[in-house]
Amino acid sequence: MTSVELRGIRKTYGGATVLDGIDLGIDAGSCTAIVGPSGSGKTTLLRIIAGFEAPDEGRVVLGGRVLADGADSVPAHRRGIGFVPQDGALFPHLSVEGNVGFGLPRATPRRAERIAELMDMVALDVGMLARRPHELSGGQQQRVALARALAQRPRLMLLDEPFSALDTGLRASTRKAVARLLASANITTILVTHDQSEALSFADQVAVMRDGRLAQSGRPIDLYLRPDDPAIAGFLGEAIVLPAQLADGWADCALGRIAVDDALRVGPARIMLRPEQLQVAEVASDAAVRGQEPDACYGAVLDTDFGGAVTVLSVRLLPAGRAGSTPDAAALAMPPLLVHSPGLHAPVEGATVRITVTGHAHVFAEP
Amino acid sequence: MNAVVCPVQPDMAGIAAGPARPPSAGARRQRRREPVSWIALAALLVSLLSLLPLGFVAWVAWQAGWEAASALVFRPRVGELLVNTALLVIVTVPLCGVLAVTLAWLTERSDLPAARTWAWLAVAPLAVPAFVHSYAWITLAPGLHGLPAGVLVSVIAYFPFLYLPVAAALRRLDPGLEDTAASLGASPWAVFFRVVLPQLRLSICGGSLLVGLHLLAEYGLFVMIRFDTFTTAIVDQFQSTYNGAAAHMLSGVLVLCCFALLGLESTARGDQRYARIGSGAARLPQKRRLGRYAFLGLSLPLLTTLLALGVPLVTLTSWLVAGGASVWRLDEIGPAVGQTLALGAAGALLTTLAAVPMAWLSIRSPGRLQRLLEACNYLVGSLPGVVVALALVTVTVRVALPIYQTAVTVLLAYALMFLPRALISLRAGIAQAPVELEYAARSLGLSPARALWAVTMRLAAPGAAAGVALVALGITNELTATLLLAPNGTRTLATAFWAYSSEIDYAAAAPYALVMVLLSLPMTWLLYTQSKRTAGR
Repeated sequence: MTSVELRGIRKTYGGATVLDGIDLGIDAGSCTAIVGPSGSGKTTLLRIIAGFEAPDEGRVVLGGRVLADGADSVPAHRRGIGFVPQDGALFPHLSVEGNVGFGLPRATPRRAERIAELMDMVALDVGMLARRPHELSGGQQQRVALARALAQRPRLMLLDEPFSALDTGLRASTRKAVARLLASANITTILVTHDQSEALSFADQVAVMRDGRLAQSGRPIDLYLRPDDPAIAGFLGEAIVLPAQLADGWADCALGRIAVDDALRVGPARIMLRPEQLQVAEVASDAAVRGQEPDACYGAVLDTDFGGAVTVLSVRLLPAGRAGSTPDAAALAMPPLLVHSPGLHAPVEGATVRITVTGHAHVFAEP
Repeated sequence: MNAVVCPVQPDMAGIAAGPARPPSAGARRQRRREPVSWIALAALLVSLLSLLPLGFVAWVAWQAGWEAASALVFRPRVGELLVNTALLVIVTVPLCGVLAVTLAWLTERSDLPAARTWAWLAVAPLAVPAFVHSYAWITLAPGLHGLPAGVLVSVIAYFPFLYLPVAAALRRLDPGLEDTAASLGASPWAVFFRVVLPQLRLSICGGSLLVGLHLLAEYGLFVMIRFDTFTTAIVDQFQSTYNGAAAHMLSGVLVLCCFALLGLESTARGDQRYARIGSGAARLPQKRRLGRYAFLGLSLPLLTTLLALGVPLVTLTSWLVAGGASVWRLDEIGPAVGQTLALGAAGALLTTLAAVPMAWLSIRSPGRLQRLLEACNYLVGSLPGVVVALALVTVTVRVALPIYQTAVTVLLAYALMFLPRALISLRAGIAQAPVELEYAARSLGLSPARALWAVTMRLAAPGAAAGVALVALGITNELTATLLLAPNGTRTLATAFWAYSSEIDYAAAAPYALVMVLLSLPMTWLLYTQSKRTAGR
């Protein structure tokens, strides 16, 4: 069952088109992440769903109820949609209790118990109720903001980069806790973020926005492994894009023969690999020159970038190793490949490595 | 204009520069020994000097003894004045508040046509000295008198003191809070009363205090519409009996009234924090559509502008037209302008110099001593000009006769009255130059003195200049203390205007009023842009 339906949403600000026809369906109880570079219109889309702004054109439907049809829009306070902004936006003049209970009318039965229950849901101690927002840490503020939004029992929860103000460690744990909480309450969730790893780990569905349009949407793993074009590929993580010749489900490229995910395409195409699909093994430097194995692919390590668990290697391909081929000008002109190697025992700068590919390469559709 | 000030205070949560505001709880820097000592000494000296009027009032009360003092204080006349003054404050301040908040909301948060122009027009009445406002109204309606008249003219003359901080606070408010409140089911009205208004509390408190202190201190405005307050009674006493104990006792009561206001404000303000909590840039606030209420929305600023600017403008023009060329007695106006400017420039420089040590301490070496000294300065700044003048008259006559009735005494009074203005601007200026920049300059090979000159002074200069300008323009419109202290033969624009209008020669007074308004326009512009800049942080 579809919970949220966006149809042809358009919005312009003084001549600049911010949203240019967004269509998106979101399943009830699922979690969708909207990602995109800054300025892509993702926050505007969220504000239109929340009702802070009305679209110029298009419909917003929540559970069968039309919330906005063009400029004819239900105001935010009658929508019952939860909203957690970037920095929590706790009311500074109210205590934690005042914040959590803001949306609960005074006459609500068992109001205090409800507030305590909400604090419990977000794993905060009820002893904090008397505190002021500025006495809380960033993570606690975020959780109070979530509890405050949950008090409404919303069917839909909107999260506007709620984790970006937190530091790295807190970020992952808060994200996980929030995802679990919302899933267990069966609340449909939309998360806006510019952090692709956050989107991929948090959501059931990822929608990539670009220049006010929805570039692609789908399951995180599908988008990651089978993006529609190199720009989306690059946005969701590092990508190696190579020109190749396709035939019978195989691609011939600078890295040799690689299996591809499209068995039917024939002829020139561009293929994509993720850096973690490449593996390097250090070999004696003359192995490449002698070319003992005709199909093997060798490279020279130009630079290493130690990052703890993972070392990123810049590798220039050595064309000489390939049987029957003269030094390939295209391969030489290619920018160095970025390869992820375990931090332990990573090849050093200047080493010769043999490169192997695991898994399939993705073939981009013809533009 | 009076002793109290209203430049915008960029480094504090409350915008209006209320006196006795606690210094920002900024990070305590480690005290550095060497440069602080002599600066602290200078600050201490200035603060002691600024305590002179307060000490004087206390000393006089002590001298008179309980019997004499209570005989002078507990009189029906004093009770009458107390009721008058209290009613004036109780009625005027809330009216100013409602008008200011409504205007500020219209200009900052609605799609009012030409909102920027209305915003500037809401500040512009400050360019018209309060006694010129009442001169205009008494011309228009000669029968105007008593409390209603006092309230009417006071609201018109003083509401900008509330408008400025409230508008600045509205502009700075995080609209994310309002969005969130709406998403929690609060209707637009509920959002305004439950989220927006509570956050305006600091600026409303500060602005109200400022208006209240002005009401206590104002002399010319109320004399002209025949409404007796403590200040008018003190000046009357002084002029009839010269330096009598009665005037001193009245001014003692007036000081207590000021303290009561200060205490009230500090209680109402509370010690809560209202600053934006989150990080990241605030989104620009959305303007609410007035739609078919646009006409209604326009009528309020239009009416306010008509009353606050239209009336003075029309009456001034009509007097100037009626008086013709003969009222432009340049042989009188010229010297008055010259003397006013000379007093303004000298007073402003003196005041700013006196404020330097204090401002320096409060930014570079905040601590308990500095907080105490600063509180002293603000306290005296909140005293009415008449109290300061009365104290200086008596003290100079008894202790320093040679400077009695000289420009020195007048300048001293100005310095005491306008110190907070200079202090606030200077503080903001020095805060622009964090000590780290000076360290950076020194690490690049500049000597400490040259680093101070090339970095800190350069960056603090605009703030200092703003302070000088604000003090100078305050002096230009000062009436009460100048009347009481100026040497014989001194005629500033304000006292000349006062002399003519006291003789009911309103036509002859008109050119002086016009020149004062023209000289004050830059100040209101400065206040307006300063408050915008603060909000643009």
